[in-house]
Amino acid sequence: MTEADKNPQREQITTKIWREEAEPDNPFAASTCYCSGYDVYGDLLGKISLIEYIWLLFKLEPPTESQAKIFESLAVALANPGPRDHSVRAAMNAGVGGSTRASALIAAISVGAGNLGGSREVYTALQYWQQCGTDLATWQEIILNPPKEERADVWPEFEHTPGFDPNGASCPTPVKQLLDHLCSIEGTDTLQWLQKHRSDLQNYSQTPLSFSGVAAAAFHDLEFQPEQAEIIYLFLRLPGAAAHALEQEKTGFSRYPFFANGLTLTNDPGPIPENA
Amino acid sequence: MLSNKRISLKGPDLLAEFEDNWQTEMGAAIIGKERVVLRGKDLLSELSNHRWMELIVFSITGEESSKLARLLEGMWVISTSFPDPRLWNNRVAALGGTARTTGALALSAASAVSEADAYGLRVTTRSIDMLFRFKKNLDEGAKLEDLITREFKKYRVVSGYGRPLVSKDERVQPLLRFAKSIGMGAGPYVKLALDISDYLDKSRYRFQINVSAVISALMADEGVPPENLSYFGIFAFISGMYPCHIDAKNKPEGTLFPLSTQRINYTSEHVHRKWISGGKI
Repeated sequence: MTEADKNPQREQITTKIWREEAEPDNPFAASTCYCSGYDVYGDLLGKISLIEYIWLLFKLEPPTESQAKIFESLAVALANPGPRDHSVRAAMNAGVGGSTRASALIAAISVGAGNLGGSREVYTALQYWQQCGTDLATWQEIILNPPKEERADVWPEFEHTPGFDPNGASCPTPVKQLLDHLCSIEGTDTLQWLQKHRSDLQNYSQTPLSFSGVAAAAFHDLEFQPEQAEIIYLFLRLPGAAAHALEQEKTGFSRYPFFANGLTLTNDPGPIPENA
Repeated sequence: MLSNKRISLKGPDLLAEFEDNWQTEMGAAIIGKERVVLRGKDLLSELSNHRWMELIVFSITGEESSKLARLLEGMWVISTSFPDPRLWNNRVAALGGTARTTGALALSAASAVSEADAYGLRVTTRSIDMLFRFKKNLDEGAKLEDLITREFKKYRVVSGYGRPLVSKDERVQPLLRFAKSIGMGAGPYVKLALDISDYLDKSRYRFQINVSAVISALMADEGVPPENLSYFGIFAFISGMYPCHIDAKNKPEGTLFPLSTQRINYTSEHVHRKWISGGKI
């Protein structure tokens, strides 16, 4: 008998992730919380690592040792995109003005959600992996003739190959280091193929591989769906945004770039006469 | 406009060209000169008597249109200002109130949530895009029935028709009446939207027109591109969100639709599992 059968008169949240038992004195407080059958506070706490718990929430099964290693390495690599990254800069803009701390993370999430280096890029790149797999000819075709959405959407259209940096020169060392490290772990067939054919793909797109491209390949090896990869990539990049926002909050806007001489107005009408 | 030189640059050269060098026609605060320029006009003198919506229209489009601004105001009053905390985006604003977060955090989150598939901005964006595509195809000789069938086949939806909770949309007629009252609503896209509605109503689909299609049609008749409609609509729901948030904030904390543990319906078979450290081998 399901919970719904017991209380047919009340609407319920339907979930395969979470089950709760109530405290005897309060139906609105849980005495036990189960995540996919595991007692979170009675069993997992103290045994499970954070990365394993995140995996469990999305997959409902424990990771293998190598899956946990890949996922953890990816999380470390993404945790701080650095203070030049658009999403971190967005967070720091909240910090320097003394905005709410939540707004710093909202800013990082919103800006870091986009097509350029953001989670939408990972979502789309993972769709490419699902479509092309490890077939070089299919990759060449999709890079040279990317799919176009017939309908308009709130998302802008891609202006570059997802997973590659349109403003890059050669593939940056940290991107190669991440790729090499992940390839040293078992269960990384996609990443190893990417390592082998990186130059081919870069030649097709005329742009170097980026972190989002390595992340998408890793998510493919870990068998995450594009929407899972999109949302996981978003929160894995938040620690750095948070730390940098707090640091700039203390430093203040006077020691943060304002680009005072960086803007040129090309159609300034000039002062309007008072009697005009 | 970007110069040819700038367009031809690529990679680090492009970024170096733009470093500390943002050239814009959109506007700026002329710091120290007590002037603000927006799209070539002086905000503090030339635009200072504009209504807020007129300024928003000018900011987005670069064109001044009191008529479009008035239409937008009326559209958002009638169609997107429902003060009901059960509606999904409004409920975010209300949850922010009951959990005692700030007004800006609650309402900005609720506004972001309004970019939804089942309602809100993605529906109007897709609906106006569909009307433009249908009209072009009809002008080229296509049949409406074929276009609708193709749309259903390809996307499993005709954007702007049908509704998540109820079939009839009470906002359609008031919005059409309002549009008529300001001399609008008689254009070819409104006619097309109503023709689609007639067809769907009589077909096996049995879908009725919802207000998104009317909004899209009114905007299409004004020549508004889909991208601009999605910009216009970003804060369309805000008026209905304020009361939801304020109401929840003024009531005892945590009391908005509380859920007991029995309200979680765990649909997998409950097997009590034990975690083995180190994960699966």
